[in-house]
Amino acid sequence: MSTIKITYREAMREAIRDALRRDSRVFLMGEDVGRYGGCFAVSKGLLQEFGPERIRDTPLSESAFVGAGIGAAMGGMRPIVEIMTVNFSLLALDQILNNAATILHMSGGQFNIPLVIRLTTGGGRQLAAQHSHSLEGWYAHIPGLKVLTPATLEDARGMLWTALEDPDPVLIFENALLYNLEGELAEDAGPVDIDRAAVRRPGRDVSLITYGGSYYKTLAAAEQLAGDGVEAEVIDLRTLRPLDTATILASVSKTRRAVIIDEGWRTGGISAEISARIMEGAFYDLDAPVARIGSAEVPMPYAKHLEQAALPQTETIVDMARRMVA
Amino acid sequence: MSSTITPLSADQAGHYLDLLRQMLLIRHFEEKSAELYTQEKIRGFLHLYIGEEAVAAGVMPALRPEDAVVATYREHGHALARGMSADAIMAEMYGKIEGCSRGRGGSMHLFDAATRFYGGNAIVGGGLPLAVGLALADKMLNQPRVTACFFGEGAVAEGEFHECLNLAALWRLPVLFLCENNLYAMGTALARSESQTDIHLKAESYQMPSAAVDGMEVLAVEEATERAAAVVRAGAGPYFLEFRTYRFRAHSMFDAQLYRDKEEVEEWKKRDPIVTFAQRLQAAGILTEQIMARLETEVWAEVDASVTFAEAGAWEPVEDLAKYVYSERPAP
Repeated sequence: MSTIKITYREAMREAIRDALRRDSRVFLMGEDVGRYGGCFAVSKGLLQEFGPERIRDTPLSESAFVGAGIGAAMGGMRPIVEIMTVNFSLLALDQILNNAATILHMSGGQFNIPLVIRLTTGGGRQLAAQHSHSLEGWYAHIPGLKVLTPATLEDARGMLWTALEDPDPVLIFENALLYNLEGELAEDAGPVDIDRAAVRRPGRDVSLITYGGSYYKTLAAAEQLAGDGVEAEVIDLRTLRPLDTATILASVSKTRRAVIIDEGWRTGGISAEISARIMEGAFYDLDAPVARIGSAEVPMPYAKHLEQAALPQTETIVDMARRMVA
Repeated sequence: MSSTITPLSADQAGHYLDLLRQMLLIRHFEEKSAELYTQEKIRGFLHLYIGEEAVAAGVMPALRPEDAVVATYREHGHALARGMSADAIMAEMYGKIEGCSRGRGGSMHLFDAATRFYGGNAIVGGGLPLAVGLALADKMLNQPRVTACFFGEGAVAEGEFHECLNLAALWRLPVLFLCENNLYAMGTALARSESQTDIHLKAESYQMPSAAVDGMEVLAVEEATERAAAVVRAGAGPYFLEFRTYRFRAHSMFDAQLYRDKEEVEEWKKRDPIVTFAQRLQAAGILTEQIMARLETEVWAEVDASVTFAEAGAWEPVEDLAKYVYSERPAP
């Protein structure tokens, strides 16, 4: 199988390009997606290739253009709406929760919303407390939505098309630190499933359950642990809603220990939900209490040393896993 | 505001009677709804449209079947005038499976794919972005359709209102913005919430044509809507109409109306859109007592039939509770 060298950003762009080519109903809209080329350069060059009708620059009005995406989806289009960061999505939360997530139900099944929203998430870029949060767990709280968190190049390339084929609203959270990630991707890489977690590294001693931006920190931790003779199993959740409980429970039942690594806050977060599901489904298989590593419960600070102290780190994961198997 | 009374034309007599019948249906349907509410047959919130019937009744004939409608939580009148059956609406308010939203929506969330009726939105201003998007789809698919978007004057204080007027005008989208200015956002009088109380002027700052229309006069509403819809359908972009109207009843069934004088309500009731229109038709010899009696009988029969239909309806099995959270897909 031949592969190509590609970045996460390019894989995402290729996914958008592919979708635009495959389906004339697909279009991209958001702030600065066109002439500017996207705040994170994901859509760079697409305006020239597809024109301003399908690569639509919007005014700074998140509620209007997200809601317009919902309406356009009901009207027969397949919009991809880009929101610059998850913090800005709060300006459109009314549309996402009160309309996108509820209209199918409120209408008794008459109107589905085939909409895809792409958002960047995560900290680590010294952008302080209004550009750095990880709120994907909040969105995973909402019935009616699907929440994807591609961590790998395969998923960056493959999740979008599957999301567009889904009849219901799908949110794709792209951790901004991953855009420059470079690696090999199969030349013929294409759509992937969006409802299963993946065991990325098999192991027998402890399950490290993570997703998105924390995935690579977790993989690095597993490497270090292997040096000590601790075989960690790494689960990339890939999708936070619906959560693939079966894969989580199968892993934990085998390793008997679980650490959940999530860049969100722990209180009321997705890590709390995963922990609860493990209690409900694998309590008697556990040899140790489930552990969670999240961001410190503070608004993300600007100063580098403080921000790094607030975020989950490889060392923290290693320490936690070591203590657990000791 | 255009206040010239539209002259009656003899060859439109049948149409005038249809408009009158439509307003009567909305009025009596809601009178019955209020009664059923006190009997606890209908629960939740119930927002009555009584007094504002001329707006829905006048707007809908200017729309075509292929057009879309986005409405508010005070939308029984819009749904009826759009052609949704009284049966399905009443059953919805009963919470029955035969309801237009299978009992999932209630009074505030009436939906109907067949008539392109996209709700029933209970977030003030929340329907405007949907309307913009429906119109965007029509434009991108080269469909010469119009999306009619109703909202109250309370919505113009919301950010979504301004975002949506701007976007619709910027992209020249086929949206008909229809503001029902009944002077009160729940209990807050217009002058207590808006620096500019001449609502339609707000459209001007978005380079959008607009007009203020007497919302108590059904023919004025219809004429203004026809004119505006023609502009929108021709591809000239959105149009804004402000209908000046008045809600005779309380905001919802839990409202003691401490915020307005009884005299004010009585003054507006003198302009009752049904009474005044009926009087005009009588003066012109179009409406007789016999015709009025027949209309009343027909309309009450339709209302009573809807109650019978709703009473006879079924409750959705609780096992189906989780349906319609996600679309049902064929097994792979």
